[in-house]
Amino acid sequence: MRVALFIPCYVDLVSPEVGVSVVRVLRSQGVEVFYPEGQTCCGQPAFNSGFFEEARGAARHFLDVFGGERFDYVVCPSGSCTTMVSHYYPFLFRELPEELERAEGIGGRVREFSDFLANVLGTEEFGARFEGRAVFHCGCHQRRELGVLEEPQRILRNVEGLELVGWENEELCCGFGGTFSVKMPEVSVAMADEKIRALEKSGADTLVSCDPSCLLHLKGRLDRTGHGTRVLHLAQVLDPRRGRVG
Amino acid sequence: MEKTGTEERARREGLASGVEGFNGRARRALADPELHDSIALFTRKTLKGRAARLAELPDAPELRERAYHIKQETMANLDRYLGQMADAVEARGGNVFFAETGEDVVRYVGELAREKGAKVITKSKSMATEEIELNRRLEEEYGELGLEVVETDLGEWIAQLAGDAPSHIVAPIMHMNRHQIARVLSGVAGEPLPPDVKALAGFARRRLREKFLAADIGISGANFGVAQTGTVCLVTNEGNGRLVTSVPPVHVVVMGIEKLVPRFEDLEVFVQLLARNGTGQKLTVYTSFITGPRGADELDGPEEFHLILMDNGRSKLLGTEFEEALYCIRCGSCLNVCPVYRQTGGHAYGSTYSGPIGAVITPLLKGDREAKDLPHASSLCGACWETCPVGIPLHDLLLKLRNRQVDEGLAGKAQEIAFKGFEEAVERPALYRAGARLGRVAQRPLVRDGSVRRLPPPLSGWTDFRDLPPLAERSFRELWREGID
Repeated sequence: MRVALFIPCYVDLVSPEVGVSVVRVLRSQGVEVFYPEGQTCCGQPAFNSGFFEEARGAARHFLDVFGGERFDYVVCPSGSCTTMVSHYYPFLFRELPEELERAEGIGGRVREFSDFLANVLGTEEFGARFEGRAVFHCGCHQRRELGVLEEPQRILRNVEGLELVGWENEELCCGFGGTFSVKMPEVSVAMADEKIRALEKSGADTLVSCDPSCLLHLKGRLDRTGHGTRVLHLAQVLDPRRGRVG
Repeated sequence: MEKTGTEERARREGLASGVEGFNGRARRALADPELHDSIALFTRKTLKGRAARLAELPDAPELRERAYHIKQETMANLDRYLGQMADAVEARGGNVFFAETGEDVVRYVGELAREKGAKVITKSKSMATEEIELNRRLEEEYGELGLEVVETDLGEWIAQLAGDAPSHIVAPIMHMNRHQIARVLSGVAGEPLPPDVKALAGFARRRLREKFLAADIGISGANFGVAQTGTVCLVTNEGNGRLVTSVPPVHVVVMGIEKLVPRFEDLEVFVQLLARNGTGQKLTVYTSFITGPRGADELDGPEEFHLILMDNGRSKLLGTEFEEALYCIRCGSCLNVCPVYRQTGGHAYGSTYSGPIGAVITPLLKGDREAKDLPHASSLCGACWETCPVGIPLHDLLLKLRNRQVDEGLAGKAQEIAFKGFEEAVERPALYRAGARLGRVAQRPLVRDGSVRRLPPPLSGWTDFRDLPPLAERSFRELWREGID
């Protein structure tokens, strides 16, 4: 199977290790992985700020880079960026039939990482080992637009040594919300702090998500307030080389 | 008491001038631990009840679909259904008035009060009259009549006495606890009342009973209006609704035109959804159906019945991409699940309608300039859309409103330049990569112990409260080129 990687801009620039783990996990399953080098950003920051025209520019670029029939799937380690393409590109192009058709064509093939593993490859057990007590935070887009909530948790339950525990109000948003985190910082942080209080109560030492942006937000707050909680993307937990490279 | 009155004035002025904005009001709310406890208590109880009551329905998702389609059909034919409603009410001996604006409502009620020589008006809780500030304007603009307009919903009455405004659609003083309420009512009683729910309710009951008996006019809102029969449906948990609509000789209904449903049988859908989603009840304590004034063979009810169908900016949404905002049945469910509302409470929104639905309809009814911050007071998590019993895509409407602000040039030059630059960079991979390289160099003086701790505005909004990892030494693209094993 030929798979194109869609590595969101902030993963590319800030947390490339997540992308590296994705590559390793996919390859361990015999998937042929490609990285179209012209890719940049899906346009979500502009879109969420109401700059639809600028977001359409980014979307057209994305469609050019990932268009055509060269890949069976496009896999992305972010529920939020996946949703941008699969759900919001058709919304952005709702009045532009030509682009709408292209967007819908690609949208059907763009899959969030855990969704791809569980529902395309049909695998939920990766022989991973991880010592710890973890909570799973499902990004809001992944939960509500993609409906991929159970899959990553089933995958985590199959990780040897990892104890997945529930936490209070787990459906609540972590408060990132893109530019919301900067425009309304006090409320955004109050939301993060509510998650962190629930995290403390759960007794978990690790926070896992399929959304690097939520992780960026929560880790930023955890670090600032002096918490030692490990914050990891699902791919990093599954990474077959994790134990070896530390 | 004085403090809350001042806050209420600040709230009104804050919205009108946009001086303080959502952030400023939210900051004050965040600093109030009592407020947080009150919200947590109410939302926890309500959401638990909601989940249980919805689980009892064999067809909850189907009911939601039906509700959406009924509203869609209503809006597509609103003229016709409004006409039908008016005809049906008039056929039963009621009066109907189409009010284009809030002023029209005030004038109609004011003149009616003059004609009747009214002194006391009792009101059942109604968000439509809150929206147009009916109480204040009647008392100000018809000052010579010496009108006393009394709220009779317990929460709304307390808010009125405190010079405060509702902070929630169905639980107007959800932001106050019993100690705060005891202080307000003690001021009215002229003696200290204990912070005991029974005692406070008892005091309120005695005081309000006098008003019910003295009232010349009763004003209510409408949860639903049935076009087919001209029936107004009221869904309440306190007996005050019935006392307001049946004891005084004149009953006036102020109803937003969007509250219409075409047929009586449609109520089966909406009445079931409203209580379950709003308060976690199967049905509220009272569900009243009022069709015109008291008939010749009837024992109860007013001699005169007036239905005011209020537009106040609603009809301009018909046929636009914002039409779905009119489907709202004011259950308050989106407030209870909204993580932003749960942190700030309703007053942070600075408008009658708060939470996600408020962030949508306030700019739609009042104009984007008047409520510029509100569409941004959301992380777009979509919980509001998920919970909405009528399936309004609230988070998508928020996005469309943000886009409308950009189109109207309200987003500000700085953002315009930033996102133009963003587009340039993401369309040109070489520029994107050059920018990343530049960023890596530029961040050096800002990185301490592996984190960025302080960025200039507007990014300081992040770094004032959170660490930020620096741009990686090597991007994913570079790692890919080097080969990943």
